[in-house]
Amino acid sequence: MRLQARDVRLAYGERVIVDGLDLGIEAGTVTTIIGPNGCGKSTLLRALGRLMKPTGGEVLLDGKRIDKIPTREVAKVLGMLPQSPTAPEGLTVADLVARGRHPHQTWYRQWSSDDESSVTEALAMTGLADLAERPLDELSGGQRQRAWISMALAQGTDLLLLDEPTTFLDLSHQVEVLELVRHLHQEAGRTIVMVLHDLNLAARYTDRLVAMREGRVVAAGTPHEVLTEDLLRGVFDLDAKVIADPVAGTPLVVPIGRRS
Amino acid sequence: MPKLAYFTRVSNSEEEQVRRRTAVFGALLVIVLITVVMSITIGSKSVPLTDAWHALTSPTGTENDIVIRSLRVPRTVLGVLAGIALGVAGALMQGHTRNPLADPGLLGVTQGAAFAMVAGIIFLGMTSLYAYIWFGMAGALIASVGVFALGMVGGRGGPTPVTLALAGTAVSAFLYALTSALVLIDEQAMDVFRFWQSGSIAARGEEVVWQVLPFIVAGLLLALINAPGLNALSLGEDVARSLGQNIALTRGIGIAAVTLLSGASVAACGSLSFIGLIVPHLVRPLSGTDHRWLLPYSGLVGAALLLFADVIGRVVAPPGELEVGIVLALMGAPFFVALVRRRKPVRL
Repeated sequence: MRLQARDVRLAYGERVIVDGLDLGIEAGTVTTIIGPNGCGKSTLLRALGRLMKPTGGEVLLDGKRIDKIPTREVAKVLGMLPQSPTAPEGLTVADLVARGRHPHQTWYRQWSSDDESSVTEALAMTGLADLAERPLDELSGGQRQRAWISMALAQGTDLLLLDEPTTFLDLSHQVEVLELVRHLHQEAGRTIVMVLHDLNLAARYTDRLVAMREGRVVAAGTPHEVLTEDLLRGVFDLDAKVIADPVAGTPLVVPIGRRS
Repeated sequence: MPKLAYFTRVSNSEEEQVRRRTAVFGALLVIVLITVVMSITIGSKSVPLTDAWHALTSPTGTENDIVIRSLRVPRTVLGVLAGIALGVAGALMQGHTRNPLADPGLLGVTQGAAFAMVAGIIFLGMTSLYAYIWFGMAGALIASVGVFALGMVGGRGGPTPVTLALAGTAVSAFLYALTSALVLIDEQAMDVFRFWQSGSIAARGEEVVWQVLPFIVAGLLLALINAPGLNALSLGEDVARSLGQNIALTRGIGIAAVTLLSGASVAACGSLSFIGLIVPHLVRPLSGTDHRWLLPYSGLVGAALLLFADVIGRVVAPPGELEVGIVLALMGAPFFVALVRRRKPVRL
């Protein structure tokens, strides 16, 4: 088990978002957390990425409590891309990706050939080598998102957490980003946990789905096990037909209407 | 065309970038040297270059020797130190708050120094400049620590840019009110305060330079240590934390650096507006967003700008002089408007 939440309780001030949650992430899998708005899925991802400290329970990284490991050591193993990050104006793609090497640098040793090759590789993997010198703010939404993922890749971690990496992207760019995720998983053997809103794409690109509602895990398993008409009714208040995706054979959700 | 590819590769490399940025650093250093020469030779009494050289290398007690060694040199050195300090402090402040309009005064150092000086004069009967400056520095440090502590209240895990700005404004307004009330009841304090408020590097003498030097050196060291962390932080707190940066520590070091730098300069020279605000905007087109270069460039440009404004102040209203703080404000305001109009201000 690479990453594990045990009896985790997450709260913003007095407001409890997640309570008594258990979740385990196996090595080498792609896991997607789904659920309606406000169900606590992004909060859970933040806690898994030690951006948020649980008020109860614990998060374990490779069996050790994540808050007991120095944050820089965590950053060498676990990369996390938060929701819609912002960069200073004028920052180039290459500079952004280079900042992914931050955990490997110290103030007296700034840039090594390791850093150079990681950045080159990350740019190539995301197809951004030709855009390396362009400022981030001149890129399209899809390219920009790829640049951020590229930064997380340059960090060189085999565990990646992505919070809604496809938000604000059109369908073809969503597919592009998810193809990249699949590539990272299949070719580079990385473990990936993400939050997605599109159930059909989640079903197609994921080994394991985790459905959440009101801070609890309602179901977890393969897309076939999780994406059922009953679950959609229970978790999303949605009446829907689930048929086989004519392309991939994975479950395809066809909404009928919101349950009143 | 393999050759073409080869060239693109080279022009994009880290090495090339370092070379270009080092060259810019050298050019800025030359500009600072030019303003240093101007500051030593130009004034109500102009000194030819050869005489200036004579005074610096083998003084024989001529009138020019005395002017240069006892007045112009300390004034110039103080100008360089304060300019570097304010330029770097401004860049740090804008980086930490991700606010292009932030300046070092946001931490309450200016009003803290003013209040401590006025209180020292009235309640302890201080009369020497040397004592004023110690008080000013102490006041700046205490005000800044107070703002930092107040900014932590309510924030989770350290102050946020917003709580800092609110706390800084509140503390500054409070101290300003106290200072205004105090100077009304004491004429001597009023004189010192008025002079201090206009901001000047003249007639401070060599002791003042030695007095503030250790604080500025310490502040610059902290600023350099802070640069890589600030680069991570400029991508947002979440990304910085994911990259393994300790946010509270980075903020703490940055604010300590700003406090030391702006506290020392504000105590020695009074309130010098606009340098901390404008310099980072001038520098960003040259340095990009990398604080490892933005901070040193800002220091150099700050020094050059401060000395230049001081020289202008010496020649603009003969036989008198205009305080550098006033020149800076007069130059700074239209300059800043032009900067905003020329292109949209760089968002941080």
